[in-house]
Amino acid sequence: MFDQFDPAEDKMLQVIDNNGKVISKELMPGLSDDEMLKLYKDMLFVRTLDHMIVSYQRQGRVYTYPPNYGQEAIGVAAGEVLRHEDWLVPAFRELGAWLAKGVTMKEIFMFNMGFEDGMRFNEANHMLPFSVPIASQLLHASGIGYAIKYQKKDEVAMAFVGDGGTSEGDFHEALNFAGVWKVPVIFVVQNNQYAISVPVKMQTASVNMAIKSKAYGIKGIKVDGNDIFAMLAAFRYAHEYARKEQQAVLIEAVTYRKGAHTTSDDPTKYRTTDEEKEWDRKDPLRRMKLFLEKKKLWSDAEEQKLVNEYEKEIDRQFMETEQTVQYPLEDAIRYTYAEMPQDLRDQQIEHEKFLQWKNARK
Amino acid sequence: MKAMNIVNAVNDALDIKLTEDKSVVVYGEDAGFEGGVFRVTEGLQKKHGVARVFDSPLAESGIAGTAVGMAAAGLRPVIEMQFCGFIYPAFNQIISHVSRYHNRSRGRYKMPIVIRLPYGGGINALEHHSESMEAIFAHIPGLKVVVPSTPHDAKGLLISAIESDDPVLFLEPKRIYRAIKQEVSEEKFSVPIGKAKVLSQGTDVTVVAYGAMIREVQKAMVMAKEAGYSVELIDLRTIYPLDKETIAASVKKTGRLIFVGEEPRSFGVGSEIMALANEEAFLHLEAPPKRVAAFDVIVPYPRGEHHYMITPEKIFYEIERTIKF
Repeated sequence: MFDQFDPAEDKMLQVIDNNGKVISKELMPGLSDDEMLKLYKDMLFVRTLDHMIVSYQRQGRVYTYPPNYGQEAIGVAAGEVLRHEDWLVPAFRELGAWLAKGVTMKEIFMFNMGFEDGMRFNEANHMLPFSVPIASQLLHASGIGYAIKYQKKDEVAMAFVGDGGTSEGDFHEALNFAGVWKVPVIFVVQNNQYAISVPVKMQTASVNMAIKSKAYGIKGIKVDGNDIFAMLAAFRYAHEYARKEQQAVLIEAVTYRKGAHTTSDDPTKYRTTDEEKEWDRKDPLRRMKLFLEKKKLWSDAEEQKLVNEYEKEIDRQFMETEQTVQYPLEDAIRYTYAEMPQDLRDQQIEHEKFLQWKNARK
Repeated sequence: MKAMNIVNAVNDALDIKLTEDKSVVVYGEDAGFEGGVFRVTEGLQKKHGVARVFDSPLAESGIAGTAVGMAAAGLRPVIEMQFCGFIYPAFNQIISHVSRYHNRSRGRYKMPIVIRLPYGGGINALEHHSESMEAIFAHIPGLKVVVPSTPHDAKGLLISAIESDDPVLFLEPKRIYRAIKQEVSEEKFSVPIGKAKVLSQGTDVTVVAYGAMIREVQKAMVMAKEAGYSVELIDLRTIYPLDKETIAASVKKTGRLIFVGEEPRSFGVGSEIMALANEEAFLHLEAPPKRVAAFDVIVPYPRGEHHYMITPEKIFYEIERTIKF
């Protein structure tokens, strides 16, 4: 597959076209009808959850949020290949993979409401919290890869980054370390065309992102990130390759951020409606839906019913989270060290004395 | 017991931990095959294998960043930054991740990482080979900062650092790497992090120092003794968490305090010691506490370094001024 889609020739792996028609049958991943439906429903769930969180933000019930809108296929396909023992090193726009790893809605709500407790990800085995400094997390994946190899475990680490992140030094160091060490890490670049307002052509003079793999002696492939079948085919192949060959892979998923960078951003300032319309035709849910409708597996009525169910459940859990979260003083302090220094303890005690004084004054 | 210098002692501590704990790995630039530019890790690759003691690509951010991943996956990496002045490319990983992962994951992922850091001046080197940047790290929540001054403490503190579930910056005073030999137990022992040591008891003035400066203070103390002054010397050993109790008790006893460090003076470790005297021993002070530290400048090249480095005469001069205040 890596030779067939050589990034040096700027080839892109695609399975279905914009109308949901299969264009490369031989690459279509083996899936039952139920499995196909599950993929679609997972994307629909991510889209619904994403829209709901944006609306909660508009109501002032959560803080800044980075929408996944338009990029759902990548995270969902990744979640499909990641096993319980595999590692997910997230960026912040691959919700489908998070949910598949076992991150709960309540946790997602919690950290968007401003509680670090939401990043503990208790139920998600081998999942790291997300890191804000762009691309810095990729080195963690290379280190995990080293540990996997050193401990002789049958595991794979998958790490996400955006197109802007490929300009960071840590992106290059991470690929270089993984290449030299020969470790099972899959690096995924979600090329959604913009780093906030900066278009991808301002990030690199390379013909594509996947070609950067060649400089580090690892395999790379460019994939239509809005084609869930193509993403799944690429992830399955890369996962097998990383495990069996103990090698790193770079996957470029070409996509489009239909929403804003975050809820604080206004994309109308830096892109045109023509461009947005062009990408609407390539929307990952639209394309898969057309595919499923042709196979008579899905209908608008079913979709409406399911979205209603999703919304009800999301809202129920959101309100439950809103009512239960608390942030006691000690939570701001206790996790800084595994073994808390006495001085830090004293700082807390000193502040508690002030609080006692303050309360007595009332 | 065996006669060891600091290089031998650090090597011995690494050897002991590599032997007893398979999760310990040691790596950095030249740290594997060659044993590091100071030969501190010499022989360890041969004994413990290339999977456990190895050369990394030449990239400090990469070294620190991969250690975060290894720690999350259950290893205890001991990484080497070739010189303190080379650590700056790794700042983002150390400050954004090494120090914060425990908090960010609410205790789920511990960061048992040791960053070994040869530091300090007096070795006739180029720029970036002589600086003392411990205060920067001591200021970062989530990090612990340790500086031994003797072979015994180097071994014991490094064993504690490797066994700590918190990340530790382990500063090695390279100026005295081979200057002091001491009888050190070949058995495993540890020196606790966060405990200073009173090296000499005295009654007239408390001198607080660490690392390579201890030896300079001890030379000054010979002069002080001849002049009839009784100096109490405290070796900090750990910068953070600071052993406030030991320092405060000493200052309350002597009523006078001098800090000696080769760091730039402003906003440094010495500044914190001054604050401590103010907050904990104000009414016991008989003279203004004093910092004897370097200028707020870049460490000069070798021909100018004598202007920068703290000498025993300078320390004695300040001891006398403080006592006679």
